[in-house]
Amino acid sequence: MVELLADRFNYAVIIVLMMVGLYAVIASANLVKRLVGLTIFQTSVFLLYITIGKVFGGEPPILPGDVAHGYHAEDHFSHAVYSNPLPHVLILTAIVVGVATLAMGLALVVRIREAYGTIEDVEISDADYSSEVERGA
Amino acid sequence: MDASFLPAALAAHAPVLGVVVPLFMAAVLVAVPNGRFAWGVVLASTVFALFIAFELVAQTRLSGVVSYQLGGWAPPHGIEFRIDELNSVIVLLIGAMGVLSAIFALPSVADEISPGKRGLFYAAFLVCFSGLNGVALTGDAFNLFVFLEISSLGTYALVAMGHQNDRQALTASFNYLVMGTIGATFFVIGVGFLYMATGTLNMADIARIVVDMPGNRVVEIAFAFILVGVGLKAALFPLHLWLPSAYSFAPNFVTVFLATTATKVAFYVIIRFMFDVFDPQSAFVMMSLTWVVMPLAIAGMILASAQAIFQTDARRLLAYSSVAQVGYMMLGLGMGTAIGVSAGVLHLLNHALMKGALFMALGAFAYSYGVRRISDFRGLGQALPGVAAAFTIGALSLIGVPFTVGFVSKFYLVQAALANGWWWAVAAIVFSSVLAVFYVYRILVVMWVHPAPEGRERIRPVPLMILVPLWILVAANIYFGVHADFMVDLANAAAQAAINAEAGS
Repeated sequence: MVELLADRFNYAVIIVLMMVGLYAVIASANLVKRLVGLTIFQTSVFLLYITIGKVFGGEPPILPGDVAHGYHAEDHFSHAVYSNPLPHVLILTAIVVGVATLAMGLALVVRIREAYGTIEDVEISDADYSSEVERGA
Repeated sequence: MDASFLPAALAAHAPVLGVVVPLFMAAVLVAVPNGRFAWGVVLASTVFALFIAFELVAQTRLSGVVSYQLGGWAPPHGIEFRIDELNSVIVLLIGAMGVLSAIFALPSVADEISPGKRGLFYAAFLVCFSGLNGVALTGDAFNLFVFLEISSLGTYALVAMGHQNDRQALTASFNYLVMGTIGATFFVIGVGFLYMATGTLNMADIARIVVDMPGNRVVEIAFAFILVGVGLKAALFPLHLWLPSAYSFAPNFVTVFLATTATKVAFYVIIRFMFDVFDPQSAFVMMSLTWVVMPLAIAGMILASAQAIFQTDARRLLAYSSVAQVGYMMLGLGMGTAIGVSAGVLHLLNHALMKGALFMALGAFAYSYGVRRISDFRGLGQALPGVAAAFTIGALSLIGVPFTVGFVSKFYLVQAALANGWWWAVAAIVFSSVLAVFYVYRILVVMWVHPAPEGRERIRPVPLMILVPLWILVAANIYFGVHADFMVDLANAAAQAAINAEAGS
């Protein structure tokens, strides 16, 4: 069991983070906390991608100077093992998307606070409900 | 290329221009925040995108699949825009609805958005528009996620702008943001698992590899994540909770555009992944079609229609009806046959026509009388007979009365269900249509029969800029209801492209 976990340590951490994030999104009544949960959830996915790209015994995918200039190229490529750089590039994009989403969410929270004077879910629904009643619905 | 009516230089780069031009124009609009100028730019960009869409439809009719390599990097390593007869139809829908709602926007946005914000509002719209085009055009799974998020970010901002009418738009937008981001993240997890199993992100390439991996657990989990993630964006029945609030508190123009395009594009992504990327013949996909998609579709058709009956806000009522209509489309998919998918795509197109007309008519009521609740619609039939008649025709189409598009697509759905021997699906379609009669009847009877309340003042007449796109949509509802061949052809070609893609490429 321990061995199984140790083999897949990254995945275990990712699953825990994912569940923590999703739980925070669903269970917290505070809008900012909900965004924090969302960010943790997204971060766990970033880690998942990074883990996919890991190749055991692999070097960083950068050509050494002499190989880049054409020396010992065949010798180098015959035994070189590189980590996969593609997931890293994808995750850079995903991080940008995540930051944009978080910024958008926080901007909305600011406007909600201006309009309602609170960022607690229950109080917002109460305010909406009483204004519905006032309008005579 | 003979069918092309654009200059050769434009035609060669047509796939990418539909995305790049609106996105670039959005940046221009942020720099020049003038409402009128912004509207002109929006109209020009959407008309341009519509031309591009016609060009793409013509090209795919001619050559089947159009592949465009971004930056000249060959797929599967480079990003590819891959257009076949399925997504060219979707791009055509986005372009046409973009133009019509852009015309509708001028008076409607001037009414609802404060002058200083209009430039940025239109910029957000163009971001959303180009993102949707990108989702429809791209052939790269990760690229699809990025475009999905670009369009969603634009959408959140657009929905939140409804706060100048009702502050609840803010919470609606926030909830949409949270659920939409969870959906998109689920989609990325799915794509990650697919990449793990296949080592590629190009959708055609994934399809080629996945066929040889029946029973692979990683691929199956990827499928589940992608279905749930995109299902959230498409408002598939139990995942639709963001939709009613978002539609009912957004500005009218935004509701018109979103109801006709955003969920449709997400639905296209579901078709693309279910029938093209994953192998629809595999036992796992078949099982999930029959035991997950189909029951949820029927539950959505009936429960959402039932919920629509009890709404007091007209736009909320139509939003619940939209959820039910997504159920119809999913039912077509759930059959897993070519005629089923074709019926689903047909209903997708037809539903865009009817909901566009209905939401535009509600927008006209709000513009002219400032009314949104059904109980305030009393006497509108006498006050605004033109708009009320348009609404009535759209509503009849929603029920599926003969000689409207609603009838055509329900007819094909029933036919497809009978071909599978699913008589209970036919019963569900009929039952859900009866529920539609109830909720439509509630609005129509208030509008036409109840006398107008005393002392109600008309704020202003309905301008031509609203009436023209409204009646174009209504005319399309009737025209394509009588001459169904054109739409049916498009839908059949789309279904063929979706199902035979891996055999052809």
